[in-house]
Order: sequence, then C-alpha cells, then structure tokens
Amino acid sequence: MNFDPRFSGRKFASVGTRPIRPDGVDKVTGRARYGADFNMAGQLVGRVLRSPHAHAKIRKIDTSKAEALAGVKAVITAKDLPDLTDGDAAMYDILDNCMARTKALYDGHAVAAVAAIDAHTARQALKLIVVDYEVLPHVTDVDEAMQHHAPLINDTVFTEGLEEKPVKPSNVTKRSQFGHGDVHQGFGHADFIVERSFKTEQTHQGYIEPHACVANVSSDGTADLWVCTQGHFVYRQHCAQLLGMEASKLRVTSSEIGGGFGGKTHVWAEPVALALSRKAGRPVKLVMTRDEVFRASGPTSATSIDVKIGARKDGTITAAEATLRYSAGPYAGSWAEIGAMTAFACYRLDNVKTVGFEVLVNRPKTAAYRAPSAPMAAFAVESAVDELAKELGMDPVEFRIRNAAQEGTRSSYGPVYGPIGIGPTLEAVKAHAHMKAPLKVNQGRGMACGFWFNFGGQTCVDLNIGMDGSVSLAVGTVDVGGSRASLSLVAAEELGIDYAQLKAVVADTSSLGYNDMTDGSRGTFSSSMATISAARNAIKILRERAAQMWDIAVDDVVWEQGHAVAKGEKHGNLGKLSLKEIAAKSGTTGGPIAGHSELVADGAGVSFATHICDVEVDPETGATRVIRYTVVQDAGKAVHPTYVEGQYQGGAAQGIGWALNEEYIYGKDGRLQNAGFLDYRIPVCSDLPMIDTQILEIPNPNHPYGVRGVGETSIVPPLAAIANAVSNAAGVRMTHIPMSPPRILAAIEAEREG
Amino acid sequence: MRYIRPLSIEDAVGQLAGSAGPAAILAGGSDLLVRMKGGFVEPELIIDIKSIAGLRDIRETAEGFSIGAAVPCAVLGENAALKKAWPGVVEAAKLIGSKQVQGRCTIVGNLCNASPAADSVPALVAAGARAVVVGPSGKRTIAVETVPTAPGRTSLAKGEIIEAILLGSQAPRSADAYLRFIPRTEMDIAVVSAGVNLTLDEAGVVTAARVAIGAAAPTVLLVEEGAEALIGRKLDEAALERLAKVCAGACRPIDDKRGTIEFRRKVAGVLATRAAQTAYARAGGK
Repeated sequence: MNFDPRFSGRKFASVGTRPIRPDGVDKVTGRARYGADFNMAGQLVGRVLRSPHAHAKIRKIDTSKAEALAGVKAVITAKDLPDLTDGDAAMYDILDNCMARTKALYDGHAVAAVAAIDAHTARQALKLIVVDYEVLPHVTDVDEAMQHHAPLINDTVFTEGLEEKPVKPSNVTKRSQFGHGDVHQGFGHADFIVERSFKTEQTHQGYIEPHACVANVSSDGTADLWVCTQGHFVYRQHCAQLLGMEASKLRVTSSEIGGGFGGKTHVWAEPVALALSRKAGRPVKLVMTRDEVFRASGPTSATSIDVKIGARKDGTITAAEATLRYSAGPYAGSWAEIGAMTAFACYRLDNVKTVGFEVLVNRPKTAAYRAPSAPMAAFAVESAVDELAKELGMDPVEFRIRNAAQEGTRSSYGPVYGPIGIGPTLEAVKAHAHMKAPLKVNQGRGMACGFWFNFGGQTCVDLNIGMDGSVSLAVGTVDVGGSRASLSLVAAEELGIDYAQLKAVVADTSSLGYNDMTDGSRGTFSSSMATISAARNAIKILRERAAQMWDIAVDDVVWEQGHAVAKGEKHGNLGKLSLKEIAAKSGTTGGPIAGHSELVADGAGVSFATHICDVEVDPETGATRVIRYTVVQDAGKAVHPTYVEGQYQGGAAQGIGWALNEEYIYGKDGRLQNAGFLDYRIPVCSDLPMIDTQILEIPNPNHPYGVRGVGETSIVPPLAAIANAVSNAAGVRMTHIPMSPPRILAAIEAEREG
Repeated sequence: MRYIRPLSIEDAVGQLAGSAGPAAILAGGSDLLVRMKGGFVEPELIIDIKSIAGLRDIRETAEGFSIGAAVPCAVLGENAALKKAWPGVVEAAKLIGSKQVQGRCTIVGNLCNASPAADSVPALVAAGARAVVVGPSGKRTIAVETVPTAPGRTSLAKGEIIEAILLGSQAPRSADAYLRFIPRTEMDIAVVSAGVNLTLDEAGVVTAARVAIGAAAPTVLLVEEGAEALIGRKLDEAALERLAKVCAGACRPIDDKRGTIEFRRKVAGVLATRAAQTAYARAGGK
C-alpha cells in the first residue's frame, strides 16, 4: 500500500461544509447510549470503598461481614487483583491506583469493592468492610512536597534526570530540561527583565458524564466490557494485562461519551468491575458518583512556576527561562516535562531554558486534561510577556509579533518548525474588531498565545460499501468531538459521493485493528488520514470491478466524482458507472467491496492560537464577569467548521472556569473539601459571553487535506488571556489561578494599602 | 422507609410526633432528596405535606400575606400582589437553585433546612416574617429568626411542623431588597448575603429599618446596629459607610471552601449597602 500523506492542495466538495451531525437526534432525544445506559439480565451493582485518609498504611481489611450480607455476590480487595505486571512499573502504578495494595495514597483511593443485587445492599456491604489503617503524615501542596522534611510518598522514588544519582529518596520523580543558547549571556544583553512566580490550583476536566461500565466475564475466561472511554483499545490492553487475559478474549465496546477531555484515558473502575464480575460470575455495572469522579479519577496538575524574561529596548527578547513544578498525584508522570516543553514554544528565542520538576503529592493521580500541562505554563509565560511589554512601553500584540516563532525557527523544545500559525493568529488578532471595542470603567482587556503539539499515532479504518451503494465507515478512534461527521465528510470527498450516503460508527475492539486512543487532538487528524487511505483502496477495487463490467483494462478506468469513467479512444462511448451501479453488481464481480487502512499517522501539525478577552471586575467584591471573548486558531483545514468552532469555544469555556473559579480545595486533614459541582465551580451558561471564533487555515504539509488537530490548543491561552485582562481591569497583577473573588479582592486591597 | 401523604395538618403532626425512628417532612424535596441520595440521611418515615389543604396557597389576609408551607418559590414570583409588597423576599426565593429547583423548593423548607446560607431567610428576617408552627400541643406563631438555632438545627420540638409564613402589609413608602454574593451568576450558594427592609417618611428619611446578614455566622444575623445606622437619616454616604462597618463587624464568619473571613466581612458590608440603596429606591427615596 503506497499511501502518500503529503498535502495536495486539492479543491473540496464536501470537506469544509457544515452538514448536521449524525449523532444529534439521538443525543437530544435521550436515545443515545452512554456508559450507564448499558444493562444486562442478572446484572449486579458494583460499588467501591474508598480511603478517607490522604496517606495511610493498610494493615488489614476484614470483608467477612460484608460477604455474609444477603444479596452480596462478591467482595474484592487488592488480593483479587494479583500483580501480573511483571516489572512494568507504569502498569503497576495503574494496578495500585485501581485498588490500593499496601498504602492508601489519597483521599478517595479505592481499597475494596462489592457487587450486590442492588445499590442499597451494595452500600450496606461497604459499611460492613472493616479497614485497619495506620494514618501517615501527608502532603498535598506541590511546593511543600518538594521540601526536604516533607512526608515521603514512595520511598523507592529517586529523582531522575539529575547529574548525580541521588542517595536519598524524594517526592520529586524527575527533573527535565529543554532549551538552547546561553540564558545567562542573554539576560546580560537585556535592557529590561521581568521575573515573577505563579501558582495554579488543581482542576478537573469536569466532564458531565461520570465514569461508567458494565463488565461481563464468562466462566470460559472470555469477557465483554461496555464502557465510556476515549480509547477502548487501550482499555482492552490495560484490563487484559491486569486481569491476566489475552487481549483478543476481551471485547470492549465504547459508548457515547459525555465528555472526556483527557480524563477518560485511564482505567480506574474497569479492572475492578471485571474482577467483581469474574468473582461473582455475573455481569457487574459500576458507575462512579460525582463525588468519586472528583476524588478518584484524574484531575490535572497543580503548579508552581517561576519565569524570567529579558528584552532589549527595541522589543527583542534576549533570553527566557522558567522553572516549572507540577504535581503528579502519587504516581510518576511526565506532566512537568510537557509543561517545560510548551512554555516558550510560541517564540523565536536565541537563549531559552526550561526546567521541569515532577512532584508526588497525596492527591489523585494526575491525568491528561486537554493540552495537558500547557495552559499553566502559558499562564506564567504570557503573564510575564505582558508585563515585559508594559515595561518596554510596547503594545502586547506588537511585542509578541516581533518575537513570534515562524517557519524555520528552532523551537524551545527542540524541533525546527515547518509552516506554523502563531504569526498569522497574532496578525488576525491585531486586525480584529474586538481589539477596538470600547471598554468601560472597571473593565480590562487581555490577550495571550498558546501552543500545542498535536499527536498522530496508530490508526485503523474499515470502509465497507453495501450492495445498495451506501457506505459504512468503521473507525477505532472514539468520537469525542465530531469525528464521525468529519470522517464521513472525508470519505464522501474521496469517493465523490454525498455525505448522506455514509454512516460512520465506532467499531468495538474485536471488529477492527488496534487504534490509539482519542487524545492529543489526533481523532480527526489520524482517522481522516486512514479514511482517505481506506477510501482510495476501495476506489482501486471499484475501478477493477468497473473494468470487469466493461471488460477493459483497469488502467483505462479512472475515478471521477463518484463514478468510474473509462478513458482512452477505444472506450469513449462507454457511459460512466456510479458507485451504486458497481456496488449492485458486486455479488457477481468478485464479492463485497471494501477498503481497509492500517497506518501510523505521522506529522501531526503543531497548532497555535491567540485569544482576546475583556472582563469587568467589581472592585468591591472581586467578582469577575467575562464580557467579550475571541478565539483565533489555526486549524490547518477545518473539515467540519461548526465542530471546529465548537472546539474553540469549548476550550475557551473550560479555560474561563479554570481561570476564575475551579480548584481542588483540600483541608488540613488532606481530604478534598469540594467534591461536587456545587463547590467545584465550572461555569454555567449565564457565566459565559458568546465566544467568537476565527478559523485560520495554514495547511499541515503532512496531511493530504492539510488537517491539524484542533481540540486542545483552545484551552492553552485562556488562563493567561483572562489573567492579563483581570490584571488590567483590577490594576494589580494576578499571579494565582483561579482568580476567585476572595483572591482578587485581597490583591486589590493589598495594592490599595501599598 | 415509609412514605405517607396525609390530608390534614393534624394527621401530619400526629404521624410526625408518633414516629419512632428518624422522620422527614417532604415538600419540594430539593434538600431532602439530595441528602438522601448522598447517603447523609436515611429517614424511616417521609411525610409529604403537599396534599394538605391550604398548604399550597398564598392567601392575602387583613394583616398581609400567609404563604403555605408547600408553595414552590416559583409561585411566589407569579403572585403580583406579593411581588409588589415584598420584592426582596420574592427575589431571594427566586435565587434558590435553578429554575427547575425553584419549581419545587419552598421558603419553609429553606428555613427549616437551617443553613446559614439560605437565600430566603435573610430576606424573611429583614421583612419581619413570622412562622406559624403547628404541633401536638397546638399552634404558635414565632419570628422566623428564632427557627434556625445552628447549621442544620431548628427550635422546632418533636412533632412540630411549620404550616405557613406570615408577612405583614407593607407600610407606605416601604420596600425590601435582598442581595447575595456568589462566584457564579446562578446555581450557587451564598458566600455572604444581605436583606434590608426600609420605611421612609415623606422627606425620604428612614423611619424604620431591619438589616439581616446571611452566611456570615452559624445562623442568619439580624443586625440591629445596621438598622440604627440608617434610622433618622437619608441614605447619605456617612450612613452607608456606618452600615457597611457595623455589618462587617457583626459577622462571625469562618474560612471555608466558599470564602475567607476577611472576604465575607468586607462583602457583607458591600451587600448591605447595595441592598439598602435598592430598598431605598424602591420605597421612593431619592
């Protein structure tokens, strides 16, 4: 198979149009099936017992009374999930996070689970499980966890990435460094230097649908799992490995997904549900409550970041440096590393250095959250960039334009950029009407830039042509943001048929080859590449069948606008054959017509955005209202522009919540104080203005249509854009996210008192 | 768990008084059902009072208004006479939860839930509202501020049910107002709140005032010094400054997930001032 992924600059018929979404009617009528909507005969209710302690040794668990309760069909602890990870440290962490083995490492850590005939019995059973804890000192703050006297979360962790191997264990799992040039020398050439420290609190993705699954393990060792996930193939892999099954014996079907944003990329409840079903011999449904989602799924890191940037009087940045500390929860990750990579990615810098420290704390394991780690780094850097522009007396947009990365720039994290969109988004912002909208008293404007890598990865697609000429597309990347619509558009484009002739489904793990999960904004980028490839393979067969029907050489048949067309002088009188006509004869010309594609989608184009935000701050209460918001982002090519705009708006909306009110609040006892939507304040509709969007299309050279991922970049600039706006409105630099009313009011009062 | 739906207040009182285990009154259920679902309460008896005659009615009486214990807050907003007489009480009731919740929740439930952050309570206290309590030993009428005694606790004895809330007729040139601070625009719980009820003379001088602060102490505070700061004056800058100061001083707030002590003190004063200005304007003051 010779698939050429290079950008071809073709004209589009379907791509770029806005047909109605294929999943819309079922979703608005309630017919769509989400994780908790699957049910089986004889199904039991699973529930999980969770540690009330932030850090505690588990001395003993007595499950005998729970087991004796009528209606209880299985009780499990870590003993029922034996360690089969065979030295794979990352898998062991996943196992330990699913069910604490020797220590509970955070408030909410699972320690046991039950399956019972109903929810009431299951709840009663949990109360009958006796866990003997030895409570240990805990630490939840990222800076405190780095102190020498901090309680050690894991005494087998020695900081990686140091020049000398440390002799003592530490909560810092890894030091990572990026950059080039000599920052010391660079700062020596600066006329102005801004140096500031920032903090951001931990936030949750806040997906509306809680984690839910139904597990059914048969006595023959095979199993089915229905689950709400961003990556059912990855869930299959992990569950099979943790339960000692062959992957092919476990069929995982993904449900519709009520939001994931990176948070549904890890298994938590699923291995537990499978272990319960295996022990009980019956299907088990496990649905997390909202309290459990907050306490025991995967929020993002809390951070503490120092930034130093220097510039010459003419506005050229001479050096930039940042130290970034990211909390990882109780298990190692790469969150600080990603933050250190993205921090200065928007700029063209001769001297740049970033250092990341990954820090263990007694909080739930950090998981991906939409462009994970980038928003916090952007908040710190873009706040400092704004300050520096102010000191230089330069317009913040002009200052950024002057220093923006461009094609050929060596990025702060290493690679040299191809064609990129940071400059064009800044120019678009400069010209945007929003920048001229009048501001009233107590109002302020801010803007900021953001970067995200975007990923590709392993992808597999089947395209099947029915005998009636309709086309079904089976994809393996879960549709979290409209990929069924965009992939249908892409297939329609290649085949030259109408969008309505297509139906895309997300296939289960037994029906399609392996697919990486929908993360890194890869869904449409990589599955569209595979869809184009699959469609081209199908076209090859369609041409062969047409050649057979005409009894001519296949080389004389071309595919044009949904039809086989015979070429050459000899065949000039042959009428073209539609896809439908060829499909109708397929039974006698060689059987079903299908196109398959298996590929690794390389060359995901990096993505940049610039946001503008206007806010009004009540100087007497510290309340902030976002009054105007504009997103400008490069999409490469917007396959379905309405979905792209939705992604832009969604990222901005989540960013507004994060910037202003969302935060994990821990008590001195290490327990989460606000495990619910009442006190974990995501924005409601009336908190948001209509978010304006502008799509730029700078083609990705590594995709036939120029597509780049669009899902994540939109959450990178908001923290900084809003912080810059609030700082301008309140007259004081805000350095701590979220900028909740008490924090803003305290900052205003402190400024007033000088 | 047993669910009953008595048709008379006497029957409800008898069932409540006679219950052996934990019992709960169900009107809108917007607190009770959430607490049951969360596993915080497991009542053995639930007494639904919505079918008791008269409890779903707002009556205009010679003295003013009688609001039945099962009247949803949304219905308060549809009563033109009540809205005209007590705009502050109605706006407070219409801030609870969401539109959907307002279709179920009641001001009596809000009062008996005994949260210091209850939205309708500071407005009722400022309005001088009274509660009609029916119990095994008969009926009594008490000031609403005497109902909650601590977070989650009330002064009601076993078997007692609040049947209605009484609001007087507003005197001429009088009006009330309620404001709360929440970090969002809706669907939230007051971080701090203020209810103010004012009566003016023809010259616009305040002759009577009641000021209540919510979410700043274990129960809603009736701030008498706040009233004193306003009485005998027009709403001049000095009076407002004094009002803000005494309200901030009267607070006994805590630091918690919703706000800090300093924040609550400061904003209590700001809200009292703003609510007083609204009430003053509504009463015709200029």
